[in-house]
Amino acid sequence: MYEIINAKKLTDNIYSFVVRAERVASACLPGQFVIVRSHCDAERIPLTICDYDRENKTITLVFQVVGAGSLRLSRLKSGDCLHDVAGPLGRASELCDTSLDELKNKSILFVAGGVGTAPVFPQVKWLKEHGVDSDVIIGAKTKEMLIMENEMDQFATNLYITTDDGSYGRHGLVTKVIEDLVKSEGKHYDMCVAIGPMIMMKFCCLTTKALNIPTTVSLNPIMVDGTGMCGACRVTVGGEVKFACVDGPEFDGHLVDFDEAMIRQNIYKTEEGRAYLKEKEGDTHHGGCGHCGGEQ
Amino acid sequence: MDMKKKVPIREQAPEVRAHNFDEVCLGYTKEQAMLEATRCLECKNPLCVMGCPVSVPIPEFIHKVKEGDFDKAFEIISECNTLPAICGRVCPQESQCEGKCVRGIKGESVAIGKLERFVADYAMEKGKRRPHSHEKNGKKVAVIGSGPASLACAGDLVKYGYDVTIFEALHEAGGVLLYGIPEFRLPKEDVVKKEIAMLLHMGVKIELNTVVGKSVTIDELMEKEGFDAVFIGTGAGLPKFMGIKGENANGVFSANEYLTRSNLMKAFDENSTTPIMRAKKVAVVGGGNVAMDAARTALRLGSEVHIIYRRSEAELPARVEEVHHAKEEGVIFDILTNPVEILTDDNGSVCGIRCVKMELGEPDASGRRKPVVIEGSEFDIDVDMVIMSLGTSPNPLISSTTDGLKTNSRKCIVADEINGQTTREGVFAGGDAVTGAATVILAMSAGRSAAVGIHDYLSNK
Repeated sequence: MYEIINAKKLTDNIYSFVVRAERVASACLPGQFVIVRSHCDAERIPLTICDYDRENKTITLVFQVVGAGSLRLSRLKSGDCLHDVAGPLGRASELCDTSLDELKNKSILFVAGGVGTAPVFPQVKWLKEHGVDSDVIIGAKTKEMLIMENEMDQFATNLYITTDDGSYGRHGLVTKVIEDLVKSEGKHYDMCVAIGPMIMMKFCCLTTKALNIPTTVSLNPIMVDGTGMCGACRVTVGGEVKFACVDGPEFDGHLVDFDEAMIRQNIYKTEEGRAYLKEKEGDTHHGGCGHCGGEQ
Repeated sequence: MDMKKKVPIREQAPEVRAHNFDEVCLGYTKEQAMLEATRCLECKNPLCVMGCPVSVPIPEFIHKVKEGDFDKAFEIISECNTLPAICGRVCPQESQCEGKCVRGIKGESVAIGKLERFVADYAMEKGKRRPHSHEKNGKKVAVIGSGPASLACAGDLVKYGYDVTIFEALHEAGGVLLYGIPEFRLPKEDVVKKEIAMLLHMGVKIELNTVVGKSVTIDELMEKEGFDAVFIGTGAGLPKFMGIKGENANGVFSANEYLTRSNLMKAFDENSTTPIMRAKKVAVVGGGNVAMDAARTALRLGSEVHIIYRRSEAELPARVEEVHHAKEEGVIFDILTNPVEILTDDNGSVCGIRCVKMELGEPDASGRRKPVVIEGSEFDIDVDMVIMSLGTSPNPLISSTTDGLKTNSRKCIVADEINGQTTREGVFAGGDAVTGAATVILAMSAGRSAAVGIHDYLSNK
């Protein structure tokens, strides 16, 4: 069992857990993820590691409620335990394998969308701790949905916030900020790391491709085991089939087939929707899911 | 009684079991087992024993069954086989012990597998535990993975007096016995979990959720955590795909994914939190045991199921009993057929599978007649789900993170056949991680040999 040292609600549907997980905290690097099961009968949920504390043997996980599994997870409180935490899984960010001299000569831009701000954070922090500067754009739908602004501000050289509705920071999508920075604000970037919803990463990549900025994305497809065993997470990159869990989760964004990846993400949409309704409404569920027959 | 025939065994009727996940074979009663035991000729030079990878003294244990001394029969089996309740159920007996049985020349062989299963189940039900471990010798051994090779290795090592810890990547122990083989063939609560509980009882420790190569490396286990030797029994878990068009469509699964969802995550149960796709018509590509397991799972989840296999029925690599059961339950066999493309609709979901007809040509490297495409034989089958069951290869997670551990061109770990020693000192390996996908009994046998190898190594160190 893995104790939740601190459970926090960050926004209406985004939560943060600091969890004691000795082996993961000792071994993990930015870019890696864990697979979590909240209860003894729960599904396996992959979550990117947002932060880690080697001394206290803890990791920080940030997740958004999107289905029955994450809804159930969100109900856990400080002092409760996660039934399972396995990892770290996947390959560490490419940045960790690049020489610091090379990194210091590069101008690096991070683009974070929504809950994708969480996996961007450890990379920005790791770079800063190794003396490398980086700029960060965080995009959120509204001011209320923005997360980790203060944390990011500690480590980012320049932090640009944008909201879709203009309720905070700049107004518009992250792609607009990238274009504004490069085209009208005299910024130059040698590389970009974009993490967020699939659709955001797709359009980020179209933008950075036009601007000729090599871009890495971190994919979060459906997974079961997370160790290369099931192939549920397969994704086409540069015409080749890769398993996101062991070959990724980070890939060259300009080579990823996002359209296929988005279709694959929806495979269990109906089942997930039903399960979410059942979990959310509990005993008060009396139909509307099209499955239980309660409406008749 | 017709001595040429096996005493018939009780099974769930095909039309009933096609709709549930309970075990198909219900096993012999005491009386039936004793009667079947009388069919053994008790050969002086028993060929059956030569056919058994772990050389169970088959005529001896059957003799005890005949006398009704099941405790003694269990003792005899236990000397050689650590997991008899499992092997009795999943060994390919027809190509091993039963394939050599002299009774089989002029009739049906003795039902050795079913008798082994009976004895093991009897002992388990009686709560008969194996002897306690010997005195601890103070040396630590790490066993990576918790499938049949690892369980057998750990079971022997703890008897030799070692302090044994199993490291398992998933949230439950059992490896392929748990995630791969379905409930209707190998019950989890009654068989697999009890076998594992027995190991725990003997003093083996299990650390779950630990992905060796990621959570901790073998070097760290040996240098920082004080393990004197390591056994790698991580199996062959990476699924293969065909590389044909449409293979990434929604509705195409590896057999591993499909079976893991159903077996490990219990997705067959309506109350499970893990989803599994339910389809009207399913094509399962492949002819091995895993293909049969996937097909029979899909059938139980309400689908019409077709096995698509490129050779003829005689070459099906699955156990005869599995093919027989699958047919009885209504699985349709499209043999001498090979997929060339998966057809998809506008939403990116599977809507069919395009196949060609095959004929058998000259024998190939495997000695089997090579299937050759019949020109112009292309045809489509309407299906809404495809399960690829084309075999698996070893996971490179450990070999790629351990210095000095050599692998061959098929990513299998290079290890000595007799003692399991790898190219890295103190590190041993066995089972599918070394041979590529094979059987439970061969993995178990390799695990036991490696336990002897480790014992020799640490005794002389």
